[in-house]
Amino acid sequence: MVKNVMSFGRSGLSDWVIQRVSAVILAVYFVGLLGFLVMTPDLGYAEWQALFSSTWMRIASLAALLALCAHAWIGMWTIATDYLNNYMIGSKGTVIRFLFQAACVLLIFIYLVWGVQILWGL
Amino acid sequence: MWLVLSLTASSSALTKWLPVKDNRPKNLELQTLHFPLPAITSILHRISGVIIFVGIAILLFLLAESLRSEQDFGNVQQWLTSPLVKFVVWGVVAGLLYHLIAGIKHLIMDTGVGETLQGGINGARLVVIVSAIAIIAAGVWIW
Repeated sequence: MVKNVMSFGRSGLSDWVIQRVSAVILAVYFVGLLGFLVMTPDLGYAEWQALFSSTWMRIASLAALLALCAHAWIGMWTIATDYLNNYMIGSKGTVIRFLFQAACVLLIFIYLVWGVQILWGL
Repeated sequence: MWLVLSLTASSSALTKWLPVKDNRPKNLELQTLHFPLPAITSILHRISGVIIFVGIAILLFLLAESLRSEQDFGNVQQWLTSPLVKFVVWGVVAGLLYHLIAGIKHLIMDTGVGETLQGGINGARLVVIVSAIAIIAAGVWIW
């Protein structure tokens, strides 16, 4: 039995579900935030700060941040397995893919810590 | 059997012992295939995903600065008046809008709608039209 050790959800079906649930969370958050910015042309600091320090916005932002991490990982994994493999780029494909995915994990982790720091204003 | 072998031979160790010429045509060379519209919208979905993944760093930076203090908020507003910053932000927002619209089409197709050949072409056309309008509108909004 072939096991893919470099996927996220430990199965393709799990990845498939996570990708769609996170997509819906991100879509709602992005459209909501964009809508707020479009509706509030003369936005001031007080209003902006109050929005992001409210509990419901912190819940929504953290949900979006976690969804982003999972979504980006699965998306990057999909792209890496399609293009950065031995067939597409030669015998170094697996090594290059491993390094690419390691770089993705690092960037995702930076986004996660940075995002939490922004939300909780450490 | 021969067909399978000859299709896989070029990219594997089989070439070492199979009597095949290196200059024979490679029928599965993706780069030489014609890209129909649904394939283009699909690859753009991936490219926009990568753009967002990198662009999130810019958005997080702007968010962090804008929330730090009243003065930093003013600084961000000041930066956003520069054409270069406007262009970069527009680029990331365009990526987000395209990825969102193509993603919604993807979710609709998951329910079984538009899965025929013509349905796929129509869906791709719709994605191009709707996202072009959204991206132009975003550009007008940013400038």
